[in-house]
Amino acid sequence: MDWFPLYNSLRIALISSVIVFFTGIFAAYYIAKLPRFLKGVLDVVLTLPLVLPPTVVGYFLLLLFGPRRPFGAWFLSVFDTKLVMTWYSGIFAATVVAFPLMYRTARGAFESFDETLAYSGQTLGLNNAYIFWRIRMPACRQGILAGAVLAFARALGEYGATSMIAGYTPGKTATISTTVYQLWRTDNDALAFRWVLVNVVISAVVLLAVNMLERRDRASGKRG
Amino acid sequence: MSLYVDIKKDLGSFVLETAFEADGGVTGILGASGCGKSMTLRCIAGIMKPDEGRIELDGTVFFDSAKKIDLKPQQRHVGLLFQNYALFPNMTVKQNLMTGLLPYEKDKKKAAAAIEEMMKRFYLTGLEKHRPSQLSGGQQQRVALARILLSKPGILMLDEPFSALDSFLRWNLEMELTHIIREFEGSTLFVSHSREEVYRVCDRVCVMDKGKSSPAVPVKELFESPRSKAAALLSGCKNFSAAHMEKDGCVFAEDWGVSLECRKEAPEGFCHIGVRSHYMMLIPSADVKDRKNMVLCDLVDIVEDVFSIVVMARPKGAKEAAYGAGLLRVEVTKEAWEAFCQKEHPDREIWVRIAPEDVMLLE
Repeated sequence: MDWFPLYNSLRIALISSVIVFFTGIFAAYYIAKLPRFLKGVLDVVLTLPLVLPPTVVGYFLLLLFGPRRPFGAWFLSVFDTKLVMTWYSGIFAATVVAFPLMYRTARGAFESFDETLAYSGQTLGLNNAYIFWRIRMPACRQGILAGAVLAFARALGEYGATSMIAGYTPGKTATISTTVYQLWRTDNDALAFRWVLVNVVISAVVLLAVNMLERRDRASGKRG
Repeated sequence: MSLYVDIKKDLGSFVLETAFEADGGVTGILGASGCGKSMTLRCIAGIMKPDEGRIELDGTVFFDSAKKIDLKPQQRHVGLLFQNYALFPNMTVKQNLMTGLLPYEKDKKKAAAAIEEMMKRFYLTGLEKHRPSQLSGGQQQRVALARILLSKPGILMLDEPFSALDSFLRWNLEMELTHIIREFEGSTLFVSHSREEVYRVCDRVCVMDKGKSSPAVPVKELFESPRSKAAALLSGCKNFSAAHMEKDGCVFAEDWGVSLECRKEAPEGFCHIGVRSHYMMLIPSADVKDRKNMVLCDLVDIVEDVFSIVVMARPKGAKEAAYGAGLLRVEVTKEAWEAFCQKEHPDREIWVRIAPEDVMLLE
């Protein structure tokens, strides 16, 4: 069994999760402070990938990154690198699709944050970076962790946009989900089933890890 | 040691327009819920920004809209004790205290020593590793205060410090807190909606009503001779009537339909009188000789309170109005009530005496 799809899926999911983790948090934090109208517009735009069919997201990505499209052409001429049909094209797809999950859960967590904690930090003379990383983030940890896990799981399972922008090239751009489809399409049911199992195991392990983290969190909170 | 505040801020439902000065000691801000007290503290702390005005503490200008000065909260060095204490839930007691020192004390040994001393002073020894959620309300308050004092603020501001506590806990905490703020060298602002708290804790008090504040006056003065109806209301007065002066120097209480003699000079803008309910007296009809300052009323209700009897009575000349309006609320001790009942069986009518010295003339 060729393990490349596992390796490729994991690196795409990990890299895009990291990107989504930071951009999602900062978007959630700063957009919450914007005037209502601008907030509403940005909120819709940033959440759209969650409800759009992944193929539509893939279409938009091709529109932007395709070698004959403005950005893709410019990138190709400057860096001599194509942005589609490579392994890292999957990162673009996974990032865009996973972003709303991180953004929305982080925003929910920030909105339930007791703002007087930040205020009291300010009056005590603590700088804003300290307040953000040492007070706001820990207080919102549950929500942010949940968002990160959801985003990772979504990135790992990304199929539609990935198949359009990265395609399926064995040993080059194949991910678990595109491999499962390809194997099933070519009547290789047995191998497809193995990859399905691999996917289920990874997802289950991730969810278990989160549950354990949460439980330890609660226990240490009680013990002090 | 002086605080100067003169600010204006549109809060949507009303405009906060407050101006007062506080020189040392404890200055109370007394007002009903939602009158802008907390917002005033937050403007002083720099968390909220007034639309215009000026805030100055001990010669440092915190805010001046004309000169475009607006110091960050971090630069103001004020101590603000929040209603919910705002302890950081993810940190232990010791780590919470550390945050008060962090911006000022870089030497770790000195910091540890200062924290240990503060823990002793606030009876927190042994709780170092506890989280805020494991502490009682009183302990949380002590941690929050200790954390504030470690940051050596130029002014201490307490926002309804007892509102989150059960009433039987309050007394002890109030004693503790009073002790702590007496030891504090700078000025203290004490925000509360409870007149009793303000009376016990503060030296001076300014009354706030729908965003408007009156100048600070000594606490005793507010309770003995309030100037406005709002101040009288906050000081616990329960009987009010619209009123105007009569030619003979008496005041005519319009809502009660009686003319009353009084001792004080009418202030400018005089339009109300107020009488405290426990200053009114019930007089058995046999003892009524001189009818001056006597009001004949219909008895409406008798309510037994914990330590007193409250008699609700409608003066014979009262205007017909909504329920409760124009009623006199007379509060007497249970002993006085029993003595009264021995002389007279209160049935339909009752005589109430309002002594001239107890009539407060209000603007």
